[in-house]
Amino acid sequence: MLRIECPWCGIRNEDEFSYGGDASVQRPTDDASQDDWYDYVYTRNNPAGRHSEYWHHANGCRAWIKVERDTVSHEIFSVTPASPNLPSGNRED
Amino acid sequence: MSQQYRTSNGGQINRARSISFTFDGKSYTGFEGDTLASALLANGVHLMGRSFKYHRPRGIQTAGSEEPNAIVELRTGPRKEPNTRATTIELFDGLVAKSQNRWPSLAFDAMAINNLFSPLLSAGFYYKTFMWPASFWTNVYEHVIRRAAGLGTAPTEADPDFYEQCHEHCDVMIVGAGPAGLSAALAAASTDARVILLDEHPLLGGSLNSENFSIDGKPGNEWAAEAVAKLEAMDNVHLMTRTTLFGYYDHNVVAAIEKVSDHLPVPAKGHPRQRMWTFYPGRVILATGATERPLVFGNNDKPGVMLASAARTYANLYGVKPGRRAVIATNNNDAYRSALDLHRAGVNVVAVVDSRQHPGTQLVAELEKLSIRLIAGATVGAAEGRQHVKAAQIVTTQGDTLDPERIECDLIAASGGWNPNVHLHSQSGAKPVYDDSITSFIPGDSRQAEVSIGAAKGSFSLQNCLDQGTAAGAEAAKLAGFKAANIKAASAKDEGAYAIEALWISPTPYNKSFKQFVDQQNDVKSSDVALASQEGYDSAELLKRYTTQGMATDQGKTSNVNTLAILACQRGEPVPEVGITTFRPPYVAVAMGVFAGHTVGYDFMPVRRTAIHDWNEKQGAVFIEAGLWLRARYYPQRPGDTMNDCYIRETNATRSNVALVDVTSLGKIDIQGPDAAEFLNRLYINNWLKLPIGKARYGIMLREDGMVFDDGTTSRLAENHYYMTTTTANAGPVLAHMEQYHQSEWPELDVVFCSVTEQWTGIAVAGPNSRKLLEKVIDIDLSNEAFPFMAAGECRMNNIPGRLFRISFSGELAYEINVPADYGEQAWLELLEAGKEMGVSVYGTEALGTMRIEKGHVAGSELDGRTTAKDLGLEGLANRGKHFIGKHNSERPALLDEGRLQVVGLKSLVVDRNLRIGSQLVDPKVKLATVNQSQGHITATTYSPQLECGIALGLLRDGASRHGEQLDAVFPLDDETLKVEVCHPVFIDPEGELVRA
Ligand SMILES: [Zn+2]
Repeated sequence: MLRIECPWCGIRNEDEFSYGGDASVQRPTDDASQDDWYDYVYTRNNPAGRHSEYWHHANGCRAWIKVERDTVSHEIFSVTPASPNLPSGNRED
Repeated sequence: MSQQYRTSNGGQINRARSISFTFDGKSYTGFEGDTLASALLANGVHLMGRSFKYHRPRGIQTAGSEEPNAIVELRTGPRKEPNTRATTIELFDGLVAKSQNRWPSLAFDAMAINNLFSPLLSAGFYYKTFMWPASFWTNVYEHVIRRAAGLGTAPTEADPDFYEQCHEHCDVMIVGAGPAGLSAALAAASTDARVILLDEHPLLGGSLNSENFSIDGKPGNEWAAEAVAKLEAMDNVHLMTRTTLFGYYDHNVVAAIEKVSDHLPVPAKGHPRQRMWTFYPGRVILATGATERPLVFGNNDKPGVMLASAARTYANLYGVKPGRRAVIATNNNDAYRSALDLHRAGVNVVAVVDSRQHPGTQLVAELEKLSIRLIAGATVGAAEGRQHVKAAQIVTTQGDTLDPERIECDLIAASGGWNPNVHLHSQSGAKPVYDDSITSFIPGDSRQAEVSIGAAKGSFSLQNCLDQGTAAGAEAAKLAGFKAANIKAASAKDEGAYAIEALWISPTPYNKSFKQFVDQQNDVKSSDVALASQEGYDSAELLKRYTTQGMATDQGKTSNVNTLAILACQRGEPVPEVGITTFRPPYVAVAMGVFAGHTVGYDFMPVRRTAIHDWNEKQGAVFIEAGLWLRARYYPQRPGDTMNDCYIRETNATRSNVALVDVTSLGKIDIQGPDAAEFLNRLYINNWLKLPIGKARYGIMLREDGMVFDDGTTSRLAENHYYMTTTTANAGPVLAHMEQYHQSEWPELDVVFCSVTEQWTGIAVAGPNSRKLLEKVIDIDLSNEAFPFMAAGECRMNNIPGRLFRISFSGELAYEINVPADYGEQAWLELLEAGKEMGVSVYGTEALGTMRIEKGHVAGSELDGRTTAKDLGLEGLANRGKHFIGKHNSERPALLDEGRLQVVGLKSLVVDRNLRIGSQLVDPKVKLATVNQSQGHITATTYSPQLECGIALGLLRDGASRHGEQLDAVFPLDDETLKVEVCHPVFIDPEGELVRA
């Protein structure tokens, strides 16, 4: 069981979240090549170790978050909002 | 005579309360506090079952949850539970247990002939025996092996009990309430830390209850009882008995099973049978103790052969003599305690056989005092006896074994040393390491917030357990952020140090070959380990799978280390070179019911009901599940009405007059903000920037791979206010999709949105008279000029606020009205009332489906995740001059090529025969031999009251250009072929005149 620290809700159980795929891929711009768009959808690394991935706090605050996780040890290094441009969490404990 | 093996006093049983039970149909009595195993032993019953492969008689090996042999079927009827360990079953009045794995009876077992054919069943027999020929699988192996190698039978009725799941947080969790665990709990609890102490036994105290220890000048069990009483009085401590921690998971989450009612005939009213706990401890202290390992000698599986510690546990804790004449066999100091305790209980200890030349323990002197014979440098080579031990053949561990001494006995209490219980430590992700001084594995470096103490760490002296517990409890509380405790450890009477010299396999008398069992539950012998090694399966993980050692319900608790060591001997290497297998949850067998908890039957999933549900129910509607929703499928009107009768009647009533349908389950998402239109523009393939206020538009969303994701109408209610509908199935996924793109890709868009599916009731009013009906109750001008096809706007229906949309799924003149859910039933009733004089009716999802097929609207069965907008004939909606999700990948050449499956209509050419979903479409000239000859398939079918024949929608290769062709619709499962004609998917009103009327 992973315990994920949502930037807004604090530490919550994995079963409140759904997995949202690889967050290391960058969505290409509209004028990018067909190959770039193909890679964006289909080409993935499968690292044994540090990995950046999207999670959705689906049964919580509905935030999409980026989780830096070790795929082997499941250690979580950081959890941030899905986009750096979003206002960060200002949870009051 | 009853309980003829009971001691005259002692033990922690209640002799005042006698309990009767039956085993294999025979009645016995025991005492309160007994386990099934101790009560049977008190009655002289050792034979408990037949072994898995060879059907050898087996007895009780242990006194705990590590038991490999004494597994029984407990209870009868729906509460029957196979593979239950007699050593952990608490005796209750009326208990019924049955031995397993014997046929026709326990004493005479016909399958014991497997014992003679054992070479066929050696290591790897699953792989070797079952190779050839294939027909033997079904005809021979299944029948014979299943009967021969069984593990009890499952109950055939539903479990009448219920199970619970609980969650709890704490600062310090202590697993195991022996001397180390109790000391840790006392230290941790003296701070303000929240402490949970749990133990699998009904009585807290661990070895203090089963050994003759002395602490602080008191008997060990009294000291334990005082410690427990002290902890019980503290409100920061949660003590849990009958609770086994079975899983250590990531992020320091652990799970336990609490056997709330297993010790009772039936659970008390309102109480669960078992409870599953998920704990979130700050720190975990593993004080899980150690498990003794057997000695590997000839016939070491005979009833009457027992672990040395189990033998004294039966004497000390239960007041039971496990035999009358005992031989103690050991390679370490600890088993000497068994000799003393059994002697004290009145068992005639005829010899202690120590494989070491120089035993060197202070207990040797005590043996001498009691005139117990000690034979050093020797061990039991083999046990004699058929269904019970009759004698032990003693061989020297140095030199030849041609002159064994035969000692008559009915109990061989053997100790091969102690294995720290490192299972949970290993589950936590850590790697145990080999410690030569105790010839076993001890915990390695911690990977999570856990520490092992006491016997679980390989520290077998009582004083060490007390000291380590006290220190670890204080340290854990400190690490969890509490002020350090200042508490002194209790002091124990010196028991002498533990020492051991490895003896992994005993020499056999006359060097003859005997069956020497390593894993008794799976019948794996030392020779199987040797054979596997010779055949190249010589790593720990391979050996396990090849021999099945450690894969039975006991998970090899008593056999793992012996197996690894024997493998190491075979390879001529030290044990650490062989490695250790990884322990995985669960530590003990856990019933499936406890994982399901309350989510069974009616409570398996929540049920979503619309505001009109009660009315539907009163009408006798037949419901269908749509996701979590219950939707009215059709409305029988008179007895004997079939589904076909109903949907045909409902369709005709709609097309000829007017009818209502409950469409509340469609997903609804409210979208607001200055960038709402731009957001929609990127989500949908359509253009949204020019949609006027008061208009609805049918839209298509793609996934990023270019396939169609969902469809629905979205309306512009105000300048910056849109109202989206989705399919019932995708209401949740579409919202999550929108949230993801808004939050991760386009946070700059000034837009907010949320699901309002629950907030609005949706009612479609369809049929040529729908306008006439609505005009009676709606306050806005509904003329075709004022409120044309695809108009949308706010309105009042009588006094109910609403939103009206002129959209049509049926192909008729139709409207959809949304009202706040609290008004849903009222609106429905008012519409029925207003339409009474014109004969309004209602329809369900079957008629809805019929009309959508007639109209050629695609739905879930066509939006199967593999179709593009072009495949569905909807490419015309796309505005490829702008950016939208899925745009680029939908333009991949292969998706634009000829040969793709495209949506078509299909008409049955066979009178009165409806088509079937899933039928394959093939050229009538070829017989369907392979799936390659399929040119497509049928996705949705109905009888069309309009066309008076069976019709369907399908996906056909290049279908859009093949209208008029005749094909076979083949349903190979029923060997059915029907002729069909391909046509345009819109069967009725292709110009859309009705909806615009
Ligand atoms: Zn959250």
